[in-house]
Amino acid sequence: MHATPVAPAGLVSEAGVGDYIALLKPRVMSLVVFTALVGLVIAPGQMHPVIGFTALLCIAIGAGSAGALNMWYDADIDAVMKRTAARPIPRGRITPGEAAGFGLTLAVFAVAVLGLLVSWLAAGLLAFTIFFYVVIYTIWLKRRTPQNIVIGGAAGAFPPVIGWAAVTGGISLEPLLLFLIIFLWTPPHFWALSLLRADDYARARVPMLPVVAGPQATRRQILIYSVLLVPVGMAPWVLGYAGVGYGVTALLAGVLMVALAWRVKVERDGDRAARAARTLFSYSILYLFALFAVLLVEVGLRGAAA
Amino acid sequence: MADKPDRVVLTEAQKRSRRARSIALALVLGALVILFYIVTLVKGPGVLNRPL
Repeated sequence: MHATPVAPAGLVSEAGVGDYIALLKPRVMSLVVFTALVGLVIAPGQMHPVIGFTALLCIAIGAGSAGALNMWYDADIDAVMKRTAARPIPRGRITPGEAAGFGLTLAVFAVAVLGLLVSWLAAGLLAFTIFFYVVIYTIWLKRRTPQNIVIGGAAGAFPPVIGWAAVTGGISLEPLLLFLIIFLWTPPHFWALSLLRADDYARARVPMLPVVAGPQATRRQILIYSVLLVPVGMAPWVLGYAGVGYGVTALLAGVLMVALAWRVKVERDGDRAARAARTLFSYSILYLFALFAVLLVEVGLRGAAA
Repeated sequence: MADKPDRVVLTEAQKRSRRARSIALALVLGALVILFYIVTLVKGPGVLNRPL
């Protein structure tokens, strides 16, 4: 009789369900779902709640698949960065091949189900978003140019357009304004984080702006994008797509964003500089959430009044 | 009679995680079946009416 060998760790997976959920980047997914929900709710026209739920589910899974494919390709970078070293692939819980298979399967499923059950335009946009995030941002731009997150930010800006397309079967100016808001919001949001993690990015040889151009140039760019964000943030109200409540929120929140970006610009050294960058990073999430939440509330109030 | 070929014995941790993954997969597939069923009801006969 031969002895029965115990399966060596690594040959048979010990990955738990939580490891696969981590591959989907649930925190990124939550913002994607929220912005897609707003695009879906503000769109003119009726949609059965079950179909709306299906659309959001597909968008969420599509975003998750892009996250998994990003972790597959970036496993070498993730392993040397403190922020990402605990992700399932660098930790050895999931192999890169498993992550790639998981991501591709989910991507195909999410796009196919969105197309079959909701809208082929929305499905096409979701497929393009996944392609843009994985191929254009992760594989092409991220390791090559400090403008990586500026261009790559388009991927994160698509969800409200997909939500809108799911309801209307088309695209118009309103969702494109939401796209533009997220697009201009992404650079100050990520550069505030990368100011705090510049050493990590340098060690991983990722050419983020603070690594390539230095912290001062990054602070200047953060301020420029924050200033540009204010009028674009207010545009839905200026163009009559949103109410005065949104306009006031966008103005006040935008002014605060610029004020915090200014503080990042002038606080250059030590703990105060780090605190300013951290505050801007946290606030930027609140800024985006507030603007989109007010749009949602306004639609709710209009619905209640009608 | 020839010996049976060697088989790999899973550790307890490997068995536990495989079982958890199997249950999660079953739940996801079950949820998809229910979702497709409900969507078919919601869409009505129109679900079949599409250009092929």
